[in-house]
Amino acid sequence: MSLDLNAVTVGPKGGTPLFDPITLHIEPGEVATLMGPSGIGKSTLLDAIGGHLVHGFTVSGQVELNGRDLLALPAETRRIGVLFQDAMLFPHLSVGDNLAFGLVPSVRGAARRAAVEEALEQAGLAGFAARDPATLSGGQRARAALMRALLAEPQALLLDEPFSRLDAELRAEIRSFVFNHLRARKIPGLMVTHDASDAEAAGGVVVQL
Amino acid sequence: MRSLMIAALGLGLATPALADWQQTLEAARGQTVYWNAWGGDARTNAFIAWVGEQTEAKYGVKVEQVKLTDTATAVTQVISEKAAGKDSGGSVDMIWINGPNFLSMKEQGLLHGPFANDLPNAKYLDLSPNSAASVDFTVPVEGYESAWRLARFVFTYDSAVVAEPPRSMAGFLDYAKANPGRVTHPDVSNFMGATFLKQALIEFAPDQAALQLPVTDAAFEAAASPLWGWYDALRPFMWREGATFPENESVQQQLLNDGEVDFGVSFDPASAAGAIAEGLLPDTARVFVPEGGSIGNISFVAIPYNAANREGAEVVANFLLDPATQAHQQNIEVLGSFSVLDPSKLNVEAAALFAALPSSPALPKLEELGPTLLEPHASWMTKLVAAWGERYTK
Amino acid sequence: MNDGRALRAVVAFALMGGIVLPILAGFGQTARAAFGVLPAIGAVEWSLTPWAQLFALPGFGTSLRLTLVTGLGSTLLALALAAGFCALMHGRMAQSAMGRLLMPFLAAPHAALAIGLAFLLTPSGWIARLLSPWATGWDRPPDLATVNDGWGVALIVGLLIKEIPFLLLVMGSALGQLPVRQQMAAGRALGYGRGVVWVKLIMPQVYPLIRLPIFIVLAFALSVVDMAIILGPSNPPTLAVAIMRWFSAPDTALLLPASAAALLQAVIVAAAIGAWIGAEPLAKRLGLWWLRRGGRGHRAEPGLLAASSVVLTLLVLGALALVSLLVWSIAWRWSFPQGLPQSWSLKGWMTPGSGWGRAFQATLVIGVCATAASLALAIAWLEGEDRARRARATWAQALIYLPLLVPQIGFLYGLNVLFLRLGISGGMLAVIWAQILFVFPYVMIALSDPWRALDCQHVRAAAALGAGPWRRLWAVKLPMLIRPLMVAAAIGFAVSVAQYLPTLFMGAGRVATLTTEAVTLASGSDRRIVGVYAVLQAGLPFIAYGIALMVPAFVYRNRRGLSGGA
Repeated sequence: MSLDLNAVTVGPKGGTPLFDPITLHIEPGEVATLMGPSGIGKSTLLDAIGGHLVHGFTVSGQVELNGRDLLALPAETRRIGVLFQDAMLFPHLSVGDNLAFGLVPSVRGAARRAAVEEALEQAGLAGFAARDPATLSGGQRARAALMRALLAEPQALLLDEPFSRLDAELRAEIRSFVFNHLRARKIPGLMVTHDASDAEAAGGVVVQL
Repeated sequence: MRSLMIAALGLGLATPALADWQQTLEAARGQTVYWNAWGGDARTNAFIAWVGEQTEAKYGVKVEQVKLTDTATAVTQVISEKAAGKDSGGSVDMIWINGPNFLSMKEQGLLHGPFANDLPNAKYLDLSPNSAASVDFTVPVEGYESAWRLARFVFTYDSAVVAEPPRSMAGFLDYAKANPGRVTHPDVSNFMGATFLKQALIEFAPDQAALQLPVTDAAFEAAASPLWGWYDALRPFMWREGATFPENESVQQQLLNDGEVDFGVSFDPASAAGAIAEGLLPDTARVFVPEGGSIGNISFVAIPYNAANREGAEVVANFLLDPATQAHQQNIEVLGSFSVLDPSKLNVEAAALFAALPSSPALPKLEELGPTLLEPHASWMTKLVAAWGERYTK
Repeated sequence: MNDGRALRAVVAFALMGGIVLPILAGFGQTARAAFGVLPAIGAVEWSLTPWAQLFALPGFGTSLRLTLVTGLGSTLLALALAAGFCALMHGRMAQSAMGRLLMPFLAAPHAALAIGLAFLLTPSGWIARLLSPWATGWDRPPDLATVNDGWGVALIVGLLIKEIPFLLLVMGSALGQLPVRQQMAAGRALGYGRGVVWVKLIMPQVYPLIRLPIFIVLAFALSVVDMAIILGPSNPPTLAVAIMRWFSAPDTALLLPASAAALLQAVIVAAAIGAWIGAEPLAKRLGLWWLRRGGRGHRAEPGLLAASSVVLTLLVLGALALVSLLVWSIAWRWSFPQGLPQSWSLKGWMTPGSGWGRAFQATLVIGVCATAASLALAIAWLEGEDRARRARATWAQALIYLPLLVPQIGFLYGLNVLFLRLGISGGMLAVIWAQILFVFPYVMIALSDPWRALDCQHVRAAAALGAGPWRRLWAVKLPMLIRPLMVAAAIGFAVSVAQYLPTLFMGAGRVATLTTEAVTLASGSDRRIVGVYAVLQAGLPFIAYGIALMVPAFVYRNRRGLSGGA
């Protein structure tokens, strides 16, 4: 599994691109980092890769996942997971249901429940299935969000400043939790961050925009 | 059946009419008659509901009252339907109608008929020319509408407040001068408001006969000038100085009940007795009429030319003329409006039904009501309303 | 995103065919009659005579003046008073508490409120009864024009009681989109008083967000019928009531000038909105001149206080009006100057079979159907916007709100003629459809902002997890939006219950709802029966709001993230 960007840039429709075209190859389990000043278009690039580009913006170049051209596909069929700044757990669902929402439909019956339980346990959240997401701490929420993303079996993961709301101690812990999981599952990751220590911990290519 | 037919022959009715009636009854079974009737009076509404129960049990004809704020709404509806080319299956089956609305519908060919004189119970009516059931505001009925209740213009008052009510329309001016702000009448765009003016018009008009002919400018000028003189003098002493008027007689009755004014108006001599029974007026409420008598007319029902349930409507119209129905209607505990039937045409059992009706201190005897004054020709009312508007609506 | 475009096309088509065309067609019929063509009464020649007749009708000029004074006056006053109240109360009263305070006034239909208010204010009314004779010396009611007065003051008061809560509601939601606290802090740090910051900084930002509701209020106030019948002067009445009278006069020749007047009514509304828009740059220039002078003026507080006390007084009047209906519905004899009924009775409530039962049922059925259909349309429209990933075009916005901005009387008569020609008049379906015209825009108003405010990151998260557009709608958006959805449904239901003219015209008088019955009965004399109907009429939407608040609270009783405001 690898994620390839080929001369990709984004910009307003009919306007000048936000940055020079990027070409990037991300190996399975590698986490590449995008850095640069605010407003340069880092998040817009992630939106374009994930298929969430807002109306009025356009993307040029090619994005390939394992050789599959992504840009023509709707977001839900790209198999690209996203971790946001906030955990974005659905407030109307319990923690367990949030994970079940993410779990691929091919897992059926009692196995679904087991898969959710197992994921919770991996995240140190055993017994939290029925909890209201609003009652979780920041670290717990971040871990639940990662588990939800992983249960969807993504072939790549985008990380949009996922650690910026966490304090320093928690930050290191969650960071290694996320990166370890990506490495273990051989999922390529692309991270946007302002923090050099994030890039260092990721250990992959760093692109300055 | 045979004996009935012989009886019919004896009464001089042609057999085909009876056979027709049998057909009408059969066609009517299962129909629902949408009776468009003013809905501002709870007792009338309850009576209409009772009629529906009876006709459903007897003839399989249901009645739905379409409660109107103004009868003209139904006329407008029929006109809209005609405009849309809907010449059958119309939504209005029967209308409680009178005077100008009848004239307007008859002139424009919006009515079904003639049917009224062929109803079996029409035999109880006095249908001689110029009788109350044959002319509606001097417009010949010609079988295009059927009578159902008698109306007499009366005033209501609280005998505990007003010791001596005025004896004439002229007397209202003296009363109002002595008691400013206590006299009013319904808005003239309303039928009862117009009737208040007509009552005064008749009292003051120098030439009564002219009122029975279609109005001309000259005749109106002559008849109305004493009326306007009286009204101009009265208006400053009226409730709210004559700047605004109650919407209709029910609202005025409410003002009477609230003590804001001293008189109400009604087209129903039993209205005070009825309102007392309903808790809508104090126990001391009574009715009176001016000494010279008051306007009287008959309320009719008519059937639009495009009515979807014409047969059912005829059956209901006929039921309304049944002596038992009329006696029920005259009962003050029910509606208290006087029967339209000719007493001399009733048989003994029917007459007994009327004799057995309860009485009330607030219910006037027929002789206390004085003579019945004829409605002026319908064109007078239209002219009077328009002229009043020009003079007093600024 | 073809999916979104298709969805929007379907909704746009439904709206075009269901709203714009019928309204235009209705206007077309009215306009034909206004220029002399109404074959049904034998009028076939195009002419300007109906207009000449209209201008010559007695009281026409006064009716016109009354309409302008009450319509423009009540709207300007409502805006000023609501702004003052909002300035004083914002931050001192939680938005949810404010919502609870306003709910009865939003829920109570105009007719019910007007009937109660008429009884409250009339010289023989409740206020006079409570003060007589011990304080006033009246043993008979005085001859004072406290309702149906020639200037329409009572009508303005009635309109204010309905309009101020509506404006407060939209102001509240507009304020939610602004960083009020920070701006207030910044303004006060620069030496401006609280009230002045409010007037100079906050309100100018709120205004563009509530412009459309203001136009709706203006259009409504200029063309209201039921409230004007009950509270307004009668000789002559406001133009809208006069038109109703002319349409239903025995003299069918009046149908032509009545149609001309109905068209004129539409022109008046358009001109009033135009004039309002024209006055905006002027007000802006004045405001900026005032702002640039930099006066700190600490003395805005007394004005705000005065405005707020007027608002509170109006709300108390409205509340008493509703309570008086409840009292009447269980009274038997209640005469002047008794403060409370002399005798009580439940008679009015005891006969649902022949009386209110059927009207109640019809109201419920129509309300539920019209609300459900409107909600479905609104969701389809908003979801279509999401899927096409574009904001709403201005023309679409105008189209949705068109029925609220054009006077009902201008097209309903013509529409009825049209419906009759198509053979679909007089039924429940025609009434439900006609009500959707007016329910849908309110549902859109209620739902649009919360829908757009929904955190799109949640939707993206769902897409990133592999959820397709339908699953995103059903499993994420709708459940998260359940509170605003329920509120929108309750508002839609309340609007449906209150509809008078559409029910009357489209039902051909045969479809009796609580509102048509209450207005009809208000022309009768029995306040006790009117009380029963009006209590039901006001109570039904009230219950709907109650359910709207309770359902999400119950479903999400264990979800802290959703238990706050919408």
